[in-house]
Amino acid sequence: MMGIRTRLRTALVALVLGVGIGLAAATATAPEAAAQQQPAAPPAATEQMLFNYLQGNVQGRVTIPDRRAATLIQPAGRDFQDFWRSTMKWIGGIAILGMLAVLAIFYLVRGTIRIEAGPSGRTIQRFNGVERFAHWLTASTFIVLGITGLNITFGRELLLPLIGPDAFTAWSELAKVAHNYLSFPFTLGVALMLVLWIKDNLPSATDARWFAEGGGLIGHGHPPARKFNAGQKLIFWSVVLGGAAIAVTGYIMMFPFQFWATDIAGMQLAIQLHGIIALVMIAIILAHIYIGSLGMEGAFAAMGTGRVDLNWAKEHHSLWVDEMMSGGRAAAAPPGARSAGAD
Amino acid sequence: MARMKFLCDADRCIECNACVTACKNEHEVPWGINRRRVVTINDGKPGERSISMACMHCTDAPCAAVCPVDCFYTTADGVVLHSKDLCIGCGYCFYACPFGAPQYPRLGNFGSRGKMDKCTYCAGGPEADSTPAEYAKYGSNRLAEGKLPLCAEMCSTKALLAGDGDIIAQIYAERVTTRGYGSGAWGWRTAYKDMVAG
Ligand code: HEM
Ligand code: SF4
Ligand code: SF4
Repeated sequence: MMGIRTRLRTALVALVLGVGIGLAAATATAPEAAAQQQPAAPPAATEQMLFNYLQGNVQGRVTIPDRRAATLIQPAGRDFQDFWRSTMKWIGGIAILGMLAVLAIFYLVRGTIRIEAGPSGRTIQRFNGVERFAHWLTASTFIVLGITGLNITFGRELLLPLIGPDAFTAWSELAKVAHNYLSFPFTLGVALMLVLWIKDNLPSATDARWFAEGGGLIGHGHPPARKFNAGQKLIFWSVVLGGAAIAVTGYIMMFPFQFWATDIAGMQLAIQLHGIIALVMIAIILAHIYIGSLGMEGAFAAMGTGRVDLNWAKEHHSLWVDEMMSGGRAAAAPPGARSAGAD
Repeated sequence: MARMKFLCDADRCIECNACVTACKNEHEVPWGINRRRVVTINDGKPGERSISMACMHCTDAPCAAVCPVDCFYTTADGVVLHSKDLCIGCGYCFYACPFGAPQYPRLGNFGSRGKMDKCTYCAGGPEADSTPAEYAKYGSNRLAEGKLPLCAEMCSTKALLAGDGDIIAQIYAERVTTRGYGSGAWGWRTAYKDMVAG
C-alpha cells in the first residue's frame, strides 16, 4: 500500500513538473525570451494524464473537518451526468414504453385469455389472508414508489412543464418523503413473499415444458403447472432479487456516505443501479399487472378474494389442483352456486 | 458579455485560507459549509501544491443536468446559480459535481439534507438583486455592484483569479511564460472542456 502511494506521489510530482514544463513550452512559442528556458524534449503532460496516474480523482489534504472536501477533482462526475441525463432515461423509456407496446399488441392479437371450459361456479382457495396481505403490501407500496421514483427520473421533462416549478417542487418534496418512508413496508412485503412462497418457486422439471409450450400464452395449450408456473416463478424471482437490489441501493441513497464503501463513486453506482433496476422492474410488473387483470379471465380473483374458479385452476395449474384435491382440501361451493350434480 | 471563470495559480497559492475565510464572512455561510476550500496535494513532499477550489461555474454544468427539479440556471455572465426555493435536497448535484461544490446543512438525515448551498460567484440568486431575501439565502451580490468575487479580489498573492475566462487565462499564460513554469489551470479541462492556459 505504502509503495503504491509513494509511487503515485512520485508520479504526481513528475507530472506536476511535467505539466508546468509542457505548458511553458506550449506558451513559449511566441516570446523568444522564454523559449530560451525550454528543455530539450519537453514532456507533454496534460490534466488528463494526471487523472490517469491518479486513477481518477485528484486527492489532497484539507484543514476543515469535511473529509470529502479533500477530493479536489472527481472527473467521474461528468460520466454520472451523462448516464443520468441520457443513458438512464433511454433505458427506462425503452423498457417501459416498449413493454406497454408489447402488451397492447398482445392484447389486440390474443385478447383476454378466457377460461376455456367456462366458469364452473365452484371455487378453490388459492391464497390465504397472509399471502394476500404480503402481495398487496408490496404491490401498493411498489406503485407509489414507482410513481414517485419515475418523478425523479422523468418528472423534469414530463411534469414540470405542465404544472410549473413551484408546484413541481412541492409535489416532488412530498413524493420524496413518500418514497423514503414507503421503502420500509415495501421491503417487509418482499421479505414476507420470499418466506411464504419460496418453496413453491424452486425450479422444477415442469418449468421446461411450460417454456417449451410458450406457457399457453403463445398458442392455446395449457401446459401443466403446480402452484406457480414457470412464468410466475420468473416474476417471483425478479421481484425478490430485484426488490432486494433496489432496497440495498435505495437505503444506501437514503443514508448517503454512511455504509462502508460508499464514497462518491459508490453513491454514483448506487443511484445508477437503483434507477436501472427499478425502471426495468416497473416494465416487468406492467406485464404482471396485465396478465393478472385484463389479460386473463379469472386470474384477479386469486389475489382479490383469494379463491379461484375450479376450471380456471384446472386449466392453468392442473398439478396444483390435483395436489389440493388429494390433500383433502376440496373445492367449496359458494353460497347460491349450482350443486355439482347440476353441471 | 464576459464568461466568468475562476483560475487558481497553484504555484502562487500559499494555503493561507484567506479566501475561505473571506467567503464565509462575506456571505455568512452556515456552520459546516465551505463554499470555498483549499486542498493541498503532495502535502509535505517535493512538488507540494495548494489549490483553492469552489464551484467552477462549469460549461454544460453537471449539477444542472442532473437536478430532478431543474432548479439551476446560468446567468448571462456564465455563472451557474440555483434556487433554494425549488431545491428538494436530493443530493444528486453533489454526486455529479466534479469539484465537490454543492453542500447541505445536514448529512442526508433521511434524505432531508436541507437546501443545497454552493458558491454563487458572489452573484446571489433568483431573488431581486441585493435584497435582504437574496442575502439570507445566497449571501451578498457583489457582481450586481460591479465587483468581482471577494475571494479572488483579496487574495494576497493573486493566486486566485476571477473574471472573464479569456482575460484570466491570458494573465496566467503570461505568468507561466515569464517565470518559466506553471502547473496548469486546475479543473479547467473538466469544468470548461478546455485545455488551458497556459
Ligand atoms: C427499499 C426500497 C427503496 C428505497 C430505500 C428507495 C430509495 C430511493 C432514494 C433515496 C432515491 C433517491 C431520490 C430521493 O432522494 O428521493 C430513489 C430514487 C428512485 N427510486 Fe427508489 N427506493 C426504494 C424502492 C423503489 C422501488 C420499488 C422503485 C420502483 C418501483 C423505485 C424507483 C426509484 C426510481 C425510478 C428512482 C429515481 C432514480 C433516478 O432517476 O435517479 N425505488 N429511491
Ligand atoms: S463546479 Fe459543481 S456546482 Fe459548480 S457548476 Fe460545476 S458541477 Fe455545478
Ligand atoms: S440537491 Fe437540490 S439543487 Fe441539487 S440536484 Fe437535488 S434538487 Fe437540485
